[in-house]
Amino acid sequence: MTIRNSLGFWLGVALLVLTSHTVNGQDRGFITVASTTSTQNSGLFDTLIPQFEAATGIAVRIVAVGTGQALRIGCNGDADAVLVHAPAAEQAFIDQGCGVDRREVMFNDFVLIGPRADPANVAAADSAIDAFARIATEQAAFASRGDDSGTHKKELSIWQAADIAPAGGWYRALGAGMGAALNTAAAMNAYVMSDRATWISFNNRQDLSIVYQGDPRLFNQYASVLVNPERHPIQYDLAQVWHNWLVSSAGQAAIADYRLRGQALFTPNAP
Amino acid sequence: MLDAFAGAAGLLLTGDPTLTHIVGLSLRVSLSAVLVASVLALPVGAALALFRFPGRTGVVVLLNALMGLPPVVAGLIVYILLSRAGPLGSLGLLFTPQAMVIVQSLLIFPIVAALTRQMVSDLWVEYREQLTSLGASRVRAIPSLLWDARFSLVTALLAGFGRAVAEVGAVLIVGGNIDGVTRVMTTAIALETNKGNLSLALALGVILMGLTLAVNAVAFAVGEFSRRRYGV
Repeated sequence: MTIRNSLGFWLGVALLVLTSHTVNGQDRGFITVASTTSTQNSGLFDTLIPQFEAATGIAVRIVAVGTGQALRIGCNGDADAVLVHAPAAEQAFIDQGCGVDRREVMFNDFVLIGPRADPANVAAADSAIDAFARIATEQAAFASRGDDSGTHKKELSIWQAADIAPAGGWYRALGAGMGAALNTAAAMNAYVMSDRATWISFNNRQDLSIVYQGDPRLFNQYASVLVNPERHPIQYDLAQVWHNWLVSSAGQAAIADYRLRGQALFTPNAP
Repeated sequence: MLDAFAGAAGLLLTGDPTLTHIVGLSLRVSLSAVLVASVLALPVGAALALFRFPGRTGVVVLLNALMGLPPVVAGLIVYILLSRAGPLGSLGLLFTPQAMVIVQSLLIFPIVAALTRQMVSDLWVEYREQLTSLGASRVRAIPSLLWDARFSLVTALLAGFGRAVAEVGAVLIVGGNIDGVTRVMTTAIALETNKGNLSLALALGVILMGLTLAVNAVAFAVGEFSRRRYGV
């Protein structure tokens, strides 16, 4: 085989390999949903999506990132719908013309995780604000997501309500997803705020446990928003089927039925 | 650690379909990227070795520097290009294996081109008089030099493959780590780490290293076989 022929041969092989991917992807309709790491890491989608696909024949591709990035992906038209948890950011997403038709789907709550020894005595706090204030006063190590995610936005809102500007060596902004932040907090024996679903499904807890929970301020609402079809040529009709299914009785039952270690991870609350 | 090796063995032996798909996709994407990058990088590298033109030194330095192109930056560039809001958005390639091939090709190209340039330069010094006395033009000399350097060039291709298959930042951005569509070994390892499943993550790491070892062993064996059969 001469060089010229062999180049042609390999080029042919490369094209064959490349095009074979395309064929695989297009034999069924699919939608892309940008969602959060909490919904993926908790395993929710692993039970939800097969039920949706069986009911509708539409495949769902989940891109799991922080809420901030999920909304940007939606705004760029790179997803057909988003499922996120930051009501103010969702409203801004709609106001900017990026999304339409926000619907509340389910909720759980945030919990404050920390070392069992609880050096800041957070367990005795009478509110989330008080718990955060105790950590700041004690200058106990605190791991912040620092990634513009829904959990990060919630954490910042609590610091603000406590009138504290967290800074200094004890406050560590990680710029990481929920699971990565929990791994880091476990290694540093630091306090960290997590959504309950990720915490329940997390397997590297080391010395960490829930040290504070239950304040209504820690409520965590998830909502589905469709990407504005007038902005980008998205799969609007298919995405609507998903959007409607999530809030239908079948979708809500599928969410309620998902339990891990004997606990419900999300509570459906579509109106 | 023992858990991880036992876990890796268990996963492989049971032929878990999810794992099989992930391993297969890793290989397909990274080997495709090596092919695409080589088709462009081999002639470019050889041409840079043979031709003198203004700014050539700058191009060579730039190419060498791009061997250190941060994968996250490459991922970001390709994301911006392929996003529906970007210039190539109408192709609908974002979050597909093709997008991962593109970004990995971008990462591999400078490695293969720079190493090819170096190897062909060395050969050119050696064979220049012989080739020119036969009346071959420089353009005609490129294929023969590449052919003569083929056994060394395999190392350049393996370096490219190693970079591609081990990379996580770029394929995460342009692939999205979608289950069953764009999840490869490295993004699966990152995901399991984030779930706190450290021993499963390590088991996948062991499999990935085994895979890389196997590809290198095959390349070495083929090289040795051809060397014996056809001579250098």
